[in-house]
Amino acid sequence: MVYLTRKAEFSASHYYHNPDFTPEENARLFGKCNNPNGHGHNYTLEVTVKGEVDPRSGFVVDLKQLKEVMHREVLDAMDHRFLNKEVPEFFTQIPTTENLAIAVWQRLQPKLKNASLHRVRIYETPDLFVDFYGEE
Amino acid sequence: MKAHLTRRYLFSASHRLHSAEMSPEENLATYGKCNNPHGHGHNYALEVTVSGQVDPSTGMVCNLVDLDQTVDREVLSRYNLENLNTLQEFAQTVPTTENLCIEIFEILQRTFPYAHLERVRMEETMMNSFEYQGGGDGTAQRRITS
Repeated sequence: MVYLTRKAEFSASHYYHNPDFTPEENARLFGKCNNPNGHGHNYTLEVTVKGEVDPRSGFVVDLKQLKEVMHREVLDAMDHRFLNKEVPEFFTQIPTTENLAIAVWQRLQPKLKNASLHRVRIYETPDLFVDFYGEE
Repeated sequence: MKAHLTRRYLFSASHRLHSAEMSPEENLATYGKCNNPHGHGHNYALEVTVSGQVDPSTGMVCNLVDLDQTVDREVLSRYNLENLNTLQEFAQTVPTTENLCIEIFEILQRTFPYAHLERVRMEETMMNSFEYQGGGDGTAQRRITS
């Protein structure tokens, strides 16, 4: 089994707010991230797939295809967007890095043909990242 | 849905690697320059990984403020800008990054109740990193990254 990781970057804005909470609870729980005008990050996405090396091609996966899927399913939808307002998953869920990692997994997993998705890692900043390994 | 969250912190400290169980010659042979009696320092990077179900009402594994406050209070304020050899936990134990990693894991396991502690990873320099996941015989897994 060989693991292959492809990296990509995107920039987006978001804010944290739960309509079930009072304004005071939202402010206490989410702090500055509760500002409804949003704030942004340069996210780094790492997608790791795993598989046996194809003896004919020497590849675990065709990197070009992986890159295309990542661009089409994730970057085109999220890069330079306001996540709460423009990405459907976040009309109802809070766009934390945890939920973002889950959403990216759910977008990529059905589209990957020959590779098995192992991990989605998203860096919100260089000192904070989330890993998602699929539903547990 | 279970997710893993990792937060990275920086601190600086000095240490000297010297074992009371070894002769001066053995210490020098084992630890080399790190045996210098005056000590030396590092900028350590500490990565703390916690895991848990993502709370649907907050979208979080745990509140980052709680994690930062615990690590600040229990780890950074204890070790940053200190000489590790002067601390009680390293009175009998050599303050290698292996042992520091184990110590920090055990501190956080006692003091951070809001999510499951998965792993403590430390970089002593850009070339060396160490990971401890608990549950073993207290021996850190040393991984030389270059």
